[in-house]
Amino acid sequence: MIHTLAQPQLSVVNESANVQPQQNAAKMQVLHLSAYFGKTQALKDVSLDIMEREVLAIIGPSGCGKSTFLRSLNRMHEVAGGRISGRVLLDGEDIYQRDPVMVRRRVGMVFQKPNPFPTMSIFDNVAAGLRLGGMSNRSALTDVVEESLKRAALWEEVKNSLDKSGASLSGGQQQRLCIARALAIRPEVLLMDEPASALDPISTAKIEELIFELKRNFTIVIVTHNMQQAARVSDRTAFFYLGELIEIGSTETLFTKPHEKRTEDYITGRFG
Amino acid sequence: MIASLDERIRTLLRRVPAPGMGVENSSRHTNLGDRAFRGATFLFTFMIVVLSGIMVYQMIDGSTLSLREFGLGFVTSQIWDPVQEKFGALPFVYGTVVSSLVALILAIPLSLGVAVFLAELAPRWLERILSFMVELLAAIPSIVYGLWGMFVMVPWIRETIEPPLSEHLGFLPIFEGAPYGFGMLAAGLILTVMIVPIIASISRDALKSVPRAQREAAYALGATRWETITLVVKYARSGIFGATLLGLGRALGETMAVTMVIGNRPIISASLFDPGYTMASVLANEFTEATTELYLHALIEIALLLFTITIIVNMLARLLMWTMSRTISQGGRA
Amino acid sequence: MSRWYYYKRKAVNGLVLSLSGVAAAVVLVPLLLIFFHTISHGIAIISVDFLTQMPKPVGESGGGMANAIVGTLILIGLGSVVGVPIGVLAGVYLAEFGENRFAHVVRFLTDVLSGVPSIVVGVVAYTIVVLPMKQFSALAGGFALGILMIPTITRTTEEMMRLVPHSFREAGLALGIPQWKTTLRIVLRTALKGIATGIVLSIARIAGETAPLLFTALGNRFWSTDILHPIASLTVFIYDYARAPFEEWNNQAWAAALVLISIITILSLLFRFFSRSRYEGQHS
Repeated sequence: MIHTLAQPQLSVVNESANVQPQQNAAKMQVLHLSAYFGKTQALKDVSLDIMEREVLAIIGPSGCGKSTFLRSLNRMHEVAGGRISGRVLLDGEDIYQRDPVMVRRRVGMVFQKPNPFPTMSIFDNVAAGLRLGGMSNRSALTDVVEESLKRAALWEEVKNSLDKSGASLSGGQQQRLCIARALAIRPEVLLMDEPASALDPISTAKIEELIFELKRNFTIVIVTHNMQQAARVSDRTAFFYLGELIEIGSTETLFTKPHEKRTEDYITGRFG
Repeated sequence: MIASLDERIRTLLRRVPAPGMGVENSSRHTNLGDRAFRGATFLFTFMIVVLSGIMVYQMIDGSTLSLREFGLGFVTSQIWDPVQEKFGALPFVYGTVVSSLVALILAIPLSLGVAVFLAELAPRWLERILSFMVELLAAIPSIVYGLWGMFVMVPWIRETIEPPLSEHLGFLPIFEGAPYGFGMLAAGLILTVMIVPIIASISRDALKSVPRAQREAAYALGATRWETITLVVKYARSGIFGATLLGLGRALGETMAVTMVIGNRPIISASLFDPGYTMASVLANEFTEATTELYLHALIEIALLLFTITIIVNMLARLLMWTMSRTISQGGRA
Repeated sequence: MSRWYYYKRKAVNGLVLSLSGVAAAVVLVPLLLIFFHTISHGIAIISVDFLTQMPKPVGESGGGMANAIVGTLILIGLGSVVGVPIGVLAGVYLAEFGENRFAHVVRFLTDVLSGVPSIVVGVVAYTIVVLPMKQFSALAGGFALGILMIPTITRTTEEMMRLVPHSFREAGLALGIPQWKTTLRIVLRTALKGIATGIVLSIARIAGETAPLLFTALGNRFWSTDILHPIASLTVFIYDYARAPFEEWNNQAWAAALVLISIITILSLLFRFFSRSRYEGQHS
């Protein structure tokens, strides 16, 4: 078992080029990416493309490196003290040759646990990225905050309480607030790290609907341990196991006719 | 409309170099503003190191004349005579050490009692009130202790404590002589009052950090409450010892309260009834009177000596408390 | 035999436990006495005049300590100018970048520094400020007090910053906010209440300091707000008046002590208030 898993890249089936003809060019390209925490290797030589305006789901058992992979896409991996080798291209430019601050403005992120800034109001939370990025025009800020909250499907619920603390919202609302906050800086790519795992089913459904809406404007990469969720929201799905990319393909194919034995075992619940 | 707003935001946030962003080349791995920020905070942190260095340097530099003139004899000589310019610090060292030891002997059992009571016995509400009062006791300025000591405690010692002691235990050298009130005993007592809160509150924390399992194990073996507590105290001993040393450090350096009750005479006497003098007190009393350079240097050397002693005591205390927290975390892991 | 042993154990248990309760009671006696004497001696003297008038010359009765109150405030202000920036920024450094050997050295140093007798700090302030300027001054006193503030502020700032969950830092960085802005505008702001607590605590401590002022700020019987000249302070006022051979002055010392204790108690209550609402603010 371990032996077969340790086999390199050869077994990966990368269908990105031919299965998604309706997609345009690759928004991001990941080339031979490996990630480390100290001496532990969390990702092993992963290569894949992320298409413009698609939803790519990353699935796999916990500890498979899916979060690390996601955090490598906007250089958050290094914040936790990790390092990487390989290249990650955004519109053809290597993000590891760029200012991480600029990278993160183009590649936004939503975390597993909602984390609104506790000292800021709802309005200030959404405006935080813009304000601290140097935008001070009040009327423009008001427009963006409203627009972002609408896109995050939260506007109707909070429009009369924008001055209240972000921490006063329910868990699901907090997560949508965090999505609005991420959207406010108009990223091109949105990374979501198990965004619904801490939420109740109704809030989860709202987030999923939202993802569906958002993909018209954004490229989305979502990590999830919930396979139904991946099947519902994504165009393509990638399966990671023990730090390796095992298989990537259209969600439909991957869930109905996986090429890899390990993928099949996982989606049919035989391990993980 | 939305598209144009999007464009505005994107242009604003992606412009290079944006404020604090730096130029392309230097910003590959870290942001320029970030490096400046780290540098600025580092600078202020480094000032703590510099200040500590300057303190030591200033004291050595300020006492060179005295260091050269008296050498080691400074701490062994009993004569402190500013008129003759003969400076020996032994009476001050003696006074400092003895008054602190008296305080420690009285404070250790008291503080342990208080700590045990707070950590193990008192109900939650009583513990909160008492803890607050103990903290308040630690927050009273030493000048107020001194004032109280001078006008309330010293007369009480002279009239109520010393006469019976000299009557019944007068054959002991430490209780010899006439009851003045002002003296070593008064200094020791006021220091006791001042260091008990310190030792008690840190010991209480040490006791409270002992893992529950240790207590339960003792009870399970049929130990009484007191027997269990002795076990807990034993477990927390390095923390309690550290707390005691911190209290000692405080007593050694305490200035105002001691100066106001100790009598301020540079003599060495076995009797606790006699006046004495401490290193801190002589600094408080004579620093502004130091008319000659050698006198000033001798005083600064006393400050250096006091500094060295308290630093050693404090370092030992920190080391012990560090050992304590390590024992706990290991015990927790096992 | 074994029954006797059992009773002995019970007896020892009871005895020692009650002794510890007695110890707790005994320790509180001085506290109550100090409060009682300070209030009973001081309350008769305290009046609007006492708080707003200047000290009277020897022989004249009445007079106040307005200059000492103002002097103490100026000294606290000067001390804060030295102590707060160093303390807070060093605390920020230790919390955000403090995983290196240098930071460990600084932590140890601040711990040790907090144990240095305040009179020794006074001596150092004398050699650094008074000697070169050939003049006792409020500045020298403030410098000494500032040094005394640093350890407390540094440690509380570090602790409070560390209490802020890592997820807020990540959220800030993921929004493309530079780390320095994330630290200042998000982490520091979240920890602000706790940090303010540390500052209040250190002010309460230096407000009661006497020893480091004796040969720096010196004391002044006259009105002065000039930081380059000697300045009065509540604590030195108490010291001088306590040692004076006039009963009226001694009573004024008690009154000044009452004012000082009131200030410090108010600051401690403020500290309690701050530290309580900090927890409320964190999770709700």
